[in-house]
Amino acid sequence: MSIWEYANPKKFMQTSEVLLPWVTGLALVCLVGGLFWGFFLTPDDYKQGSTVKIIYLHVPAAIMGTSAWFMMLITSLIWLIRRHHVSALAAKAAAPIGLTFTVIGLITGAIWGQPMWGTWWAWDPRLTAFLILGLFYLGYIALWAAVDDPDTAADLTSVLCIVGSVFAFLSRYAVLFWNQGLHQGASLSMDAKENVSDVYAWPLWTCILGFLLLFVTLVLLRTRTEIRSRRLQALLARERSAA
Amino acid sequence: MIPDLGKYAGAVLGSYAVSVALLVALVVVSLWQGARMKRALAEVEARGAPAGQTATRTATRTAGRIGGQGDV
Repeated sequence: MSIWEYANPKKFMQTSEVLLPWVTGLALVCLVGGLFWGFFLTPDDYKQGSTVKIIYLHVPAAIMGTSAWFMMLITSLIWLIRRHHVSALAAKAAAPIGLTFTVIGLITGAIWGQPMWGTWWAWDPRLTAFLILGLFYLGYIALWAAVDDPDTAADLTSVLCIVGSVFAFLSRYAVLFWNQGLHQGASLSMDAKENVSDVYAWPLWTCILGFLLLFVTLVLLRTRTEIRSRRLQALLARERSAA
Repeated sequence: MIPDLGKYAGAVLGSYAVSVALLVALVVVSLWQGARMKRALAEVEARGAPAGQTATRTATRTAGRIGGQGDV
């Protein structure tokens, strides 16, 4: 049994069909449960008041905004090295999801920043890198749409993905080596001396898991759509050549 | 039931409203696109069926390039 078996579209369709209901159910439970827990059952922060409740959306969305790009980077490299089409289609399927998470991270960050920092936006290294990552998502989606030949589109978008990874990396780690800007370091970290209090951390972890599972659900769903679309194009091409 | 959000109620509720709206829109669009593609493929496959195995085999071969082998 090899992981490359799932690069076979038939195998991918069979496996994803079995997985989808389970992953969807788990995503719903974690998302609804985590957000309910965070919104209704946690106290206000002594400094930030009730705005702390934005953490349950902002942090998971920002984490998944950058993680989606790293997933796209891996699948793009698999495409470039091994030429597995399902891998390229999975990257294409993930882009709108990553863009949505990035937009949620930017909007909730701005709404949270206004009362806490006194500004909606600052040209802080982390924020700026995250905004550029969002623009890379737009460029990536536009490039897929602009190139007719799917293999060429996959090649070009893979290269774009590699370049954009710099900003995905910076948006996550810029605070560690750029000691400037408004944004604080990681809220949750295995090796940090101080993390957010447990009363916020547990619902936050639940929401992060919910966002991750939602991402997996949507990638599976959208990759299935892309595979069907590719097959449809092949059938239509065959019909046209036969006519 | 809704906790007292004090002077930040607008910020908190606004964040939740925008985020939930975007997530729901993403899910609905993904489901709609999936259903539309499934229906379109089923129509073309049904239309191509009487033409015999040739179309299916060729399409399978082309689609097989997606992953190297096999039908979708």
